[in-house]
Amino acid sequence: MGESAQVSAASHRSIPAGDPGPVATRRGAGGAFEDDVSGRTWRSRVSPFVGLAPFALYTLVFLGIPALAIVYGAFQKPSGGFTFENLRLATTGIYRTGYETSLELAVISSVVPGIIGLLLAYAIHTSKSTNLRRIVSTSSGVFANFGGVPLAFLFIATLGTTGVATTWLRDLGIDPYQHGFDLYTLSGVALVYMYFQIPLMVLVITPALGGIRSTWREAANNLGARSWQFWRHVGGPVLLPSVLGAVLLLFGSALSAYATAQALTSGSIALTPIQIGTFLNGNVLAGEQNVGKALGFGMIVIIMVVMLLYGILQRRASKWLR
Amino acid sequence: MKVLGNRAKADWSAPLPAERAGASVRLSGLRRSFGPTKALNGLSLDIAPGELVALLGPSGCGKTTALRVLAGFETLDAGHVLVDGQDLAGTPAQKRDMGMVFQSYSLFPNMDAVDNVAFGLRMRGHAARARRDKAGELLDLVGLAVEAKKFPHQMSGGQQQRVALARALAIEPRVLLLDEPLSALDAKVRLQLRQQIRSLQQRLQTTTVFVTHDQEEALSIADRVCVMRDGRIEQVDAPADLYARPATPFVAEFVGTMNRIPGVTESGGVRVLGRLLAMRGEGTTNPGVPVDVLVRPEALSLSDAPGSDGRGIVTNKTFLGAVTRVQVLVEDGLGVQVDQPSEEVATLALGAPVGVFIAAPDVLTAERRAPAAFHEAPSN
Repeated sequence: MGESAQVSAASHRSIPAGDPGPVATRRGAGGAFEDDVSGRTWRSRVSPFVGLAPFALYTLVFLGIPALAIVYGAFQKPSGGFTFENLRLATTGIYRTGYETSLELAVISSVVPGIIGLLLAYAIHTSKSTNLRRIVSTSSGVFANFGGVPLAFLFIATLGTTGVATTWLRDLGIDPYQHGFDLYTLSGVALVYMYFQIPLMVLVITPALGGIRSTWREAANNLGARSWQFWRHVGGPVLLPSVLGAVLLLFGSALSAYATAQALTSGSIALTPIQIGTFLNGNVLAGEQNVGKALGFGMIVIIMVVMLLYGILQRRASKWLR
Repeated sequence: MKVLGNRAKADWSAPLPAERAGASVRLSGLRRSFGPTKALNGLSLDIAPGELVALLGPSGCGKTTALRVLAGFETLDAGHVLVDGQDLAGTPAQKRDMGMVFQSYSLFPNMDAVDNVAFGLRMRGHAARARRDKAGELLDLVGLAVEAKKFPHQMSGGQQQRVALARALAIEPRVLLLDEPLSALDAKVRLQLRQQIRSLQQRLQTTTVFVTHDQEEALSIADRVCVMRDGRIEQVDAPADLYARPATPFVAEFVGTMNRIPGVTESGGVRVLGRLLAMRGEGTTNPGVPVDVLVRPEALSLSDAPGSDGRGIVTNKTFLGAVTRVQVLVEDGLGVQVDQPSEEVATLALGAPVGVFIAAPDVLTAERRAPAAFHEAPSN
């Protein structure tokens, strides 16, 4: 108390009579503008954001400006001037089918791998073998990043009509193509997507599982909860925001994937990313030059709606975090 | 448990009728190994109903393993756990009716304080209204009625641990298990909560096992303290007896401050600081064996005129209130600590020659160790 009183008195003495006292800003000795109230210079306020500048520039150049160009172009006639015609065309006929198929594929390829990946990650997380954990973690990193044309050819060479596995199975008297399987259909594409979506889910959700403390489980157990009751009341709700976030990531990944589906189906399935690719390749009817941009605009809207829904769900699921 | 009303602050001294007596606990020949490490090596302990027993020992002595075995989180290689005479072998943790408080609070982060406390009742199928009422009572009991709607991350460590205590008590456990519940808290909160736990335990008469590595905590809270080492019990006694008459050198040195003074055994005792004293404990009885005599600072006295006692000079004085701890350098560079009434040594100057003698009738001896000044018990 005494010490603080002295400090207080000293600081009062340091202000000469007639001093106007602290002001909001004034020129400091070093030439920088100083905020006398907080004692922070504008440099100290700006410096934390300097490191973000390259990322901000990157995002602006490769996301912001292209997105603005797409939105602008979606409402422009080829000859110039505002129009809704591009949007009308993009939401009817084959393009509408493209959206529906893309959404169906994205939902299947996010929910199913989400569940499988979660169960797999949980099994690995609870395994006592550190070697198994290390192997699965490393291989997940590899598989999650293996996609595009090589992945499509891997599946064609293995499970295509004349693939190695298909031939072996035929030799064994089982022809998968006679039993409803077809790699070149929507379900085939979804199967191929699982190849990188499941490991991606494992990679993303494993740290969240690590956040489930063993003593929560023991405490629940001690209070009379069985394993499923722990997951119903504690583990599940705690994990839900992370699971939602991970599934959203898978959804975005599946919705926008292009190369794998294109290489696998050669455009025989109506998927919006492939349709946009067709426009980029210049296969355009006269007067429909900007329909591709309208399709891109539709994709942006879908992602925004999904993110909005995710935000609402996430807020509800994690209200205990606020 | 009766309804206490909505008081903002807990009244820890208010009478509370003991509606249930605590359960008796018998741990018999517990053995548990983790690889080559024997965490429990034939531990046996009886705990009376309503008693609070502290398991005290250094890290790795098996105290937490013993608690986890009791809770049902660890399986036994051999031995039996009996509560009220009932063998709990094969009884899963969720059916043991034991309330446990963890070192790291371990409140469920997605539930507010009320829901945390009511969780055990929910698992037991109590109606929503009944469990919220009961949870409210218990939060009131631990002085957190106004924090009922707060989530764990919105509470301090001390508040979280009180909620954890209320949660453990809500199920009216047969045995309350406390696993170093205060070690994550700062000193002031630790002291307050320690007193509150003891007060509550005495009022509810819940049989309690309290694991700690803090000897001061164990001595101040427990009816009996069980000192453990290498999976075995070294001594179980009331705190005062444990301090005054430690059964082994390990207990003597682990609990409180202890001087190690070189001596030599003779027929009829041990010669130390020029005097022959009776020996107790399991030390050697062969004459002529060099040993260390273990003496607490308060069992040593100073004399003005150095005679046949240990002679030395005062090197330091530490005022501790009613007593002053005087450090004396005796022969061969040996330093001993002597607690004396402060008024008696007020005028004693540093460098003054003094005599040191042992005022106790008998002493505990240990194997001779390399020359050491004095042993300070681990402080926490």
